This record gives sequence, C-alpha cells and structure tokens, in this order.
Amino acid sequence: MKLTVWTYEGPPHVGAMRVATAMKGLHYVLHAPQGDTYADLLFTMIERRNHRPPVTYTTFQARDLGSDTATLFKDACADAVTRFNPQAIIVGASCTAELIQDDPGGLAEAIGLSIPVIPLELPSYQRKENFGADETFLQIVRHLSKPQDRSARITANILGATALGFRHRDDVEEITGLLSDLGIGVNVVAPLNATPADIARLPAAHFNVLLYPETGESAARWLEKNHGQPFTKIIPIGVGATRDFIAEVVRITGRDAAYDESRLRLPWWSRSVDSTYLTGKRVFLFGDGSHVMAMARMARDEMGFEVVGMGCYNREMARPVRAMAKEFGLEALITDDYLEVESTIESLSPEMIMGTQMERHIGKRLGIPCAVISAPVHVQDFPARYSPVMGFEGANVLFDTLIHPLVMGLEEHLLTMFREDFEFHDEAGASHHGGHAPKPVAQPAAAEAPVPAMSIIRAEEQPAEPTPAEPVPNNIIWLIDAEKELKKIPFFVRGKARRNTETYAAEKGLRHISIDTLYEAKAHYAR
Amino acid sequence: MTALTPPMNGGCRTAPVLKERGQREVFCGLTGIIWLHRKMQDAFFLVVGSRTCAHLLQSAAGVMIFAEPRFGTAILEETDLAGMADAQKEVDRVVAQLLDRRPDIRQLFLVGSCPSEVIKIDLHRAAERLNAQHAPHVRVLNYSGSGIETTFTQGEDAALASMVPVLKETEARELLIVGALPDVVEDQMLGMLRAMGIGPIHCLPAHRIDQETAVGPNTVFALVQPFLGDTHAALERRGARHLPAPFPFGEEGTTAWLSVIAAEFDVPASLFSQVTDAPRARARKAIAQAAETLNGKSVFFFPDSQLEIPLARFLTRECGMTAIEVGSPYIHDALVGPDLDLLPAGPVISEGQDVDKQLARARAARADLTVCGLGLANPLEAEGLSTKWAIELVFTPVHFYEQAGDLAGLFSRPLRRKSILKLEAAE
Repeated sequence: MKLTVWTYEGPPHVGAMRVATAMKGLHYVLHAPQGDTYADLLFTMIERRNHRPPVTYTTFQARDLGSDTATLFKDACADAVTRFNPQAIIVGASCTAELIQDDPGGLAEAIGLSIPVIPLELPSYQRKENFGADETFLQIVRHLSKPQDRSARITANILGATALGFRHRDDVEEITGLLSDLGIGVNVVAPLNATPADIARLPAAHFNVLLYPETGESAARWLEKNHGQPFTKIIPIGVGATRDFIAEVVRITGRDAAYDESRLRLPWWSRSVDSTYLTGKRVFLFGDGSHVMAMARMARDEMGFEVVGMGCYNREMARPVRAMAKEFGLEALITDDYLEVESTIESLSPEMIMGTQMERHIGKRLGIPCAVISAPVHVQDFPARYSPVMGFEGANVLFDTLIHPLVMGLEEHLLTMFREDFEFHDEAGASHHGGHAPKPVAQPAAAEAPVPAMSIIRAEEQPAEPTPAEPVPNNIIWLIDAEKELKKIPFFVRGKARRNTETYAAEKGLRHISIDTLYEAKAHYAR
Repeated sequence: MTALTPPMNGGCRTAPVLKERGQREVFCGLTGIIWLHRKMQDAFFLVVGSRTCAHLLQSAAGVMIFAEPRFGTAILEETDLAGMADAQKEVDRVVAQLLDRRPDIRQLFLVGSCPSEVIKIDLHRAAERLNAQHAPHVRVLNYSGSGIETTFTQGEDAALASMVPVLKETEARELLIVGALPDVVEDQMLGMLRAMGIGPIHCLPAHRIDQETAVGPNTVFALVQPFLGDTHAALERRGARHLPAPFPFGEEGTTAWLSVIAAEFDVPASLFSQVTDAPRARARKAIAQAAETLNGKSVFFFPDSQLEIPLARFLTRECGMTAIEVGSPYIHDALVGPDLDLLPAGPVISEGQDVDKQLARARAARADLTVCGLGLANPLEAEGLSTKWAIELVFTPVHFYEQAGDLAGLFSRPLRRKSILKLEAAE
C-alpha cells in the first residue's frame, strides 16, 4: 500500500476513456462498479464536452457479485452496441472488475457482434493513466489499421492527441497549419476526432508526426515497424524546437520547403529591453516528461531563465528527463508524490514554477508564481481562445504564459523603492492580477481561520490551513530589526532572502541574524 | 402548532414506485469525505483502495484543494493483491506513517472501497486493533464507502452510523441533531431551538471528538438529511427515539421540522411564533423572489443525493413548480414519508436507475429544469435543456429559513441565465 494525498495521473481505464472520448464512432464498454461513472465529469465539466463520453459502465453492486456479473457485462455490451451503433468497441475492466476476473474480452467475443471488438488489458494496480491511453491507442491501431498504398501527395498522420490533453485541440490545429506551409497534407489525426474507419487509413500516410509521446508513442513505433512509417522525435515547443522539427520533417520527406515565420514574435519580444528583468529568473519545472523537457530548453534558451530544478511524474520518461537534467547540471526529480515535489520546491525557492495545476497550488501556498505547462488539467486549461503551445504561435503563447505570473520589470523596481506605500505595497501582488485583498490593518489571530465548511467546491477561495512556522536551522534567531528589514524586501524575493541569510548564518556559525548579517548574506550571494 | 395542509389530490406516499436497475450514473459513498473532513476538524479519512478512489476524491472536489487535506488513500499495489503483503500489517504501517505526520488527528476513519471489499480486507478488525493501540489519543473507526455498497450521500450515513456504537450511554433527556450541516446553518438552528428553551442539544457529527455527545433511552433525535437510514437504525438500536418530520428545506419544511421538535418538548405556541415569525417572514419573502422565475415551470429529478423528494416538495409547494419525475437512489419511507405525504400526486416516483432509459424519459418530457449529476448536465444543456447540477445542493448551505431563498435561487439561476443570454445576431 502506498499513502497518497493527491495523484498526478488517474487509473489506466481513465486513459482508455481519454482515447475513446477523443474518437468518434467508437464505444467503450467498461466493467466497473457504480461510482466509477464519476470519470464522466472529467470530460463534461473540466473539458466542457457537450456530449457524454461514449462509455457504458456495468455498474455492478455487491448483490451482483454473488450472482452473475459476466451476464451483466454481456448484456451491457449488447445493449450498448444496439443503442449507440458504433463502428467498433473497446472492452475492459476497471480496478475492481479486474479483481473479479470476468474476462471482458472473451465475453464480448462470445456474443458474436458484427463489429470489431478490441479487448484491453490494463493492469490497474501497476500502471496509470498515460499508460492506459498509450496502450489503448496501440490496440486500436493494431486491430483496425489496414495495409494500403501511400497517398499520392506527401501526407502525415498526427498522433497522440486525446481528450483531456493539455492544449491538444490547438496544438493539432497549429501543427496542421505548419505542415500545410511545408506542402504536407494531413492524412489522419488520431485519436482526436478520428473514427475507426480513419484508423484503418493510417498506413496511407508517408510518415507520422508524434506530438505526445505519453499517449501515442507505442502506436507510432508499431506503425513504424509494421507499415514502415518513420515518425518525428522532436516536440515542436519553442522556437528552436519548432525549427528543429521542421528540419526533421524535411529530412524525412526529402523535400525542402520555405515556411512563413512572419507571425513569430517571441524572438523580438524576448530581445526587447523590457524583457531584461527576465534574465536569470530561477525557475523549477515539473510535469509530464515531454512537456518538461521541451519547456526547459525554451525557458533557458528563449526566455533567459535559469533552470534550478526539473522533474516529471511519469516514470516512463525518467531516463530522458534524467539525461537532460544532467546536461543542465541538475538532478531530476522523478516522483508522483505531491508532497515530495512540494518539499523540493520549498527548498529550492525558485522565483517561478513551470508546472501542472498541482504545482500551481504548491506555488499559491508558498507564495511563488506558477505558469501551467502540462497535464493534469483543470477547467482553466481549456481556454475559449486559440492558445496552442506548439509551433510558432505556440511560442508566442508561451512567452505570454511565462511572463504573466511575474511582477513586471518597472513595477519590480518601484516595489523595491517604495516598499511601504499604503496602496502600492507588495502584499497586493502584481498589479495586473486583479482581486487581491486590501492590506489588512492588523493580523487576526492565526489560530481560527474562518473556513466556510462544506463550500469545498470553491475551495480555491479558502485560506490555506495554517502551517507551523519553519524551524530555523540550528536555532538561529532573527533579531527584531533584521526581521523588520526582511519584511521590506519584496514578497517575490523575500523567501529566497530569508533562506540565503539563514544558510549564510549557519555556515558562519552565527546564533543571531542582525541587519548586518542580512546584507552580508546579500553581498555573499550576489550574482 | 403549524400543521401543513396535505395536497388536495393526495400525496405521493402511496404512489407506485418505478424501480429500475441498470447503469447508474452516480458517485460512490467515498464522495462524502469531501465535506465530512471539513466538518470534523480533528478527523482523518483514510481510504483503503485503488488509484481510482484517489482520483475520484480529487475530481469530486471540483478543484484540487491546495492545503494538505485531511483525507488520503492507501493505494493497493500488486503485492497487496498477490497476498505477498499482509494487508493488516500494511494498514498498520500506513496508519503509523500518517499519525506520525499528523499528530493533530484525534479520530481516524478507515474507509473501505470497492477493491478492499472485493478482496475482503477486514477493516473492522484493523480498526479495533489500532484503536486499542492508539487510545485514548486517537479513536479509530471504520466504514465502507465503496460503490458496490453505497451511493454518494450514503457515505455520510455509513460514517455517522459507525460513530453511534461508540457514543457514551446516557439516561438524560437530550435532543440529538443528526447530519452534517455547514457551520453557519448549524448555529442558526441551535439558536432557534435554544430560544425555544430546548436543551441539552448535541450534534452528530460534532466538530471535534467530545465526551458530551451521548445516547440512551431518553434521547430523541431529529435528522437534518434524508439519507441517514443506517444511522437512524443504529440510533434506534441504542434506544433513542426518532422524531419523523419533513426535512427543513424552505419555509414550510423548516417550520414543520421545528414544530415537531417543539411539540416533543412542549414549547408553547406563543413562544414558537415569537422565535420563528420573523425568520419565516424573511424566508417567504426571499423565496417569493426566486419563485417568480420558477412559478409554473416543470422539473425532472435524476437520482443523486437522496435529497430529491424533500426538494421536490419544496419546489412544488413553495415555488409553484410541477414535478414530472422525482428519482432517488433509495427511498426510505421512515425518513422521507412525511415529505411524500406533502408532495402533490402526479410525478413519477422512481428508485434506482437505468440511465439511458431515464435519459429517454427526460428528453421526451423536456422539463423546464432538469436536476442531474455533473456527468449529464453539459450534454443535456447542449441538447437545449436547462439543468441544475445536483452536487451543488450538497455543497451549499441550503437548510432552514435563512437559506431558503438561496435554495430557491440555485434552481432559478439556470433559468434566469438562459433568459438573459442573447447570443444571436440582433437582426
């Protein structure tokens, strides 16, 4: 057993649902107890889908366990095919149904349906959501793709985009446009919006563009091996990677192509003097391996940040992430333990986090700004506007995304100069972020924070649970004057200043921190 | 005091019930942990289950709560299933790890899930052993929130029922109020009952573990939630007596609920009016505003929280709506009987679910407002129906007089929104 507070990934059958929900004309019959239907709301609420996920659950109950859950599954299967009339079905079990060993694949086979039945083996107690999506897509491709001639013009398939993916909808559109600029047509996009009939046509493309290795790599490898389709390895996130991706496509197709960079703004935005304040901002990256690796390069080379830590929650990507971290002179954090990520961030005290919604919460608690760059997703990650993170427009979007959480250049200086202005004080946060509370006149007693019990659905608005004061290493004491001086330092660097000063004092064997100690430490760590 | 007039056409108590079995689009009982862990401030809920359980709790919270919550999941792994690890020892290890991390915890609930029930991990035994080990600092109890046994709000029922056997014995004549209420609502309720001179009063669950909440043959209890069937039975087994009443939703429901308790404690009619007249008038006024939108409209309830019958009673009698179907996961006559008596005859009363058949009925009925779960709301909106997602009814203060207007507002807002949005071209 493993004690878990929050999870980065759901169970593997949720991964299968991401594939099924992305597709059209496919239905998923899932052997699962009642309650597992909660997963529908991920799609209807977080992603605002306007239809139910194409999933029929058997929703067995305790009383069914004594009788015949196998018949229940067969009936659900037959009913679903009659009611929804899919071109193919996928069948499988959730964690509980796996334990009762009914063999959904065999049962569905036995009822003699006229459409393809694709059985899924997703070990719920070993693997997670990304594996579930990747494996499901592989099985669909294996069962449905048909050998055929290549298309007359040069075409590619775009692989890996699913439901509930981070910006998949817009990435696919951006990359489709980029390929079109290069004179390359798109044969099939899959799983997103593909039908089983489209899957059959996959081998007509000349090569595959793999946008999301987490959810599409097994299928891409299988297609390479069985249909001789090479696939792209570079994820086109950031300007440099997009240009590398284009070079890779040119290499695969053997066709040189001119392309249009007129819409690309990031390079100038990043070079313009206003961006000087971004120089050396210390950032920590965490998310799925592919996004983290691509974004780390972009953060360092295109934004001028200093990457102080990076890691991923999906162990499948541990090896390349470790290698890249090493290249950055870092050690990668490979874990799906949210509390471990939190303590790492706390000890690194970066100036910004590039992470998932989970890190956004960590940042909120620690007072560190965060830009979301990866799944797991939240309703906020499905903006109404067009906002890819891939290709040239994706680079523009990322520039905005990465500066938005920060206090801007001149404002940063003003906050430092006039720290105690009653309206323009640092506790108000960055001026372009609305909704900050006015400066409290006096701190209320910390003990009983008014938590409106049961209004959890708006939990973000609730105050954080009070955290005990950090024990200062070696019992070093802050003198009152120094503590006051520390409070004059703007909030976005205060944590770093505190930590640096304490480390400095510990190294020097000091028992007390005075104003002098604070400024000696500042000089010591000056960069 | 205030006897409510039953409907002219007879109520729904004797109406035939459409019982369905099929795919059920509902949460499991683990969901109750989301509000219970905020209500009970010294309690931790440890689910022994799978990654799915952890994912459900995270998703059902609507957002991920950024503070470290007072719940977690001991996720079963391959070694636990293959029998290579002794489940009891594993539970001990995880609990020790947890209590070490959270020394502030005074009550620990071991919560069973679908997988732990199927592989028959005996959490009752584990709780007894751990309780002996950690008493008196921590009290360890267990219940099941599994989907194979419980639906959504039944999780709270199972949790409260597990607390009843360990309540102290008392001979005193006391009133016990049963069901988790938001703090502000609980305070209002206690204020009114105390103003009527009723006491001592205790609440189950209390904010913190205490020595005062007790039960015995002279205890009378009132339920504030209609889904507490097992807790009701457990309290009766301890000798306590239930005060059946309509549930305190809306002005009528609140008045009826209070008057049953007032009668039991011989509160004079004049005192009852003195305490309730002003809030009753406020509630009527607040409801009237929302009712302008709701009056004459039809409503269709999918089964979700078991609040459906009392809410249908409120909407039909106080807001002028017509109920087409009132679905509930379970119908306990001993609990919702008084509400069924008052609900005007007419709607289909359904128990259980076959979601695709019920969706077909909802589409045919095209009610002005369809009350349903989160998985169905947006798809039905996309088909042009107005919906109210039901989980909000459980997560929002809606009981008693001062919230009656808010309760009506939850139903009127989707209709008002639909009427104010102008998304077509003006010409």
